[in-house]
Amino acid sequence: MISEREILVLIPAFNEEGRVGEVIRGVRKFLGQSAILVIDDGSSDRTAHVSREEGAIVVSHPFNLGVGTALQTGYKYAVQEGFKYVIQLDADGQHPPEFLPAFTSKLKETEADLIVGSRFLTGSEERMSAIRRTGNKLFARILSFLINEKLTDPTSGYRALKSTVLQFCVQDQYAFDYPDADFLLTIHRSGFRIEEIPFRVDPRLGGTSQHSGLAPLFYSIKMMISLFVIMLRKKSADSN
Amino acid sequence: MTERLQIFVIVLGLLIFFGIIELVRRRKLREEYSFIWLITGFFFVLFALWSDILLVLSEFVGIALPVNTLFFMALIFIFLLCLYFSLRISALTTQVKNLAQELALLQNQTNAMHPKIPTVP
Repeated sequence: MISEREILVLIPAFNEEGRVGEVIRGVRKFLGQSAILVIDDGSSDRTAHVSREEGAIVVSHPFNLGVGTALQTGYKYAVQEGFKYVIQLDADGQHPPEFLPAFTSKLKETEADLIVGSRFLTGSEERMSAIRRTGNKLFARILSFLINEKLTDPTSGYRALKSTVLQFCVQDQYAFDYPDADFLLTIHRSGFRIEEIPFRVDPRLGGTSQHSGLAPLFYSIKMMISLFVIMLRKKSADSN
Repeated sequence: MTERLQIFVIVLGLLIFFGIIELVRRRKLREEYSFIWLITGFFFVLFALWSDILLVLSEFVGIALPVNTLFFMALIFIFLLCLYFSLRISALTTQVKNLAQELALLQNQTNAMHPKIPTVP
């Protein structure tokens, strides 16, 4: 039995003053007893202020460190404060809070250490751009081949983590700018179990995506190198 | 190597050597980083005084002109230097990240204890 008080809902946010409030209200509606932590990743707008006004705990980075580091700060907070579970979702409104109970149910029933929300299991990936959808499918296939398990959405940021994975993620070996396929591969090779649940992605509530211009190209090259290097590393199944 | 070039290289090597010592003395450069530049100055003087070393090296590596050996070695040296600094930057990036995270978490704790202390803008 999981108590909602054992769950920390983690929202990394960078310049999301217009959207983060609605996301926090949504989380309150579906997981009213859980603590909500917003990691303000060096925003230049009122993201931190709005989040505090909505009653979230806010940890502010002194400058922008990227989404991977923002998530790790949240994991460090969760470990420090003794939370057993973390559910993370984006601050731009693309991850509907109505799926939070599905994550908690899955956390209860499964032996898996990491639950990943998949847009591809509901067909809502149609809302992604063609380039992102193709890239995602490519990395999903590569990842599934490498771990010999079927995963459909390695770039999804809607995830739930158990304390076993949290302990792993607060160490220096967690060094991911975008904790996507390379993160999942590392987690799998460290002996943790990953499962997916379906969720429907919503359009952004506004603002602009960080994945624009040449960024997807650099992302793909970096991810391929990262996957290759991880495969060269020794497996460490004793991490948990 | 002509006598004039020899003198020029010796002077350059000595300038690098003493320049680095002065930077360390003024605490503008840390000792750990001065070492690599002192070695550079040392090799400048060494090659100027014993230019035969360059000839031997050129023959060993298979380069016709000793001056090209010098350029080749300089290129290798700069490449290794860049690699070394990339390693240092990687380590420093991790340290800065950890410090920033620690600062953010501590500031959150401080704010919870003393709500009137303003946060970093």
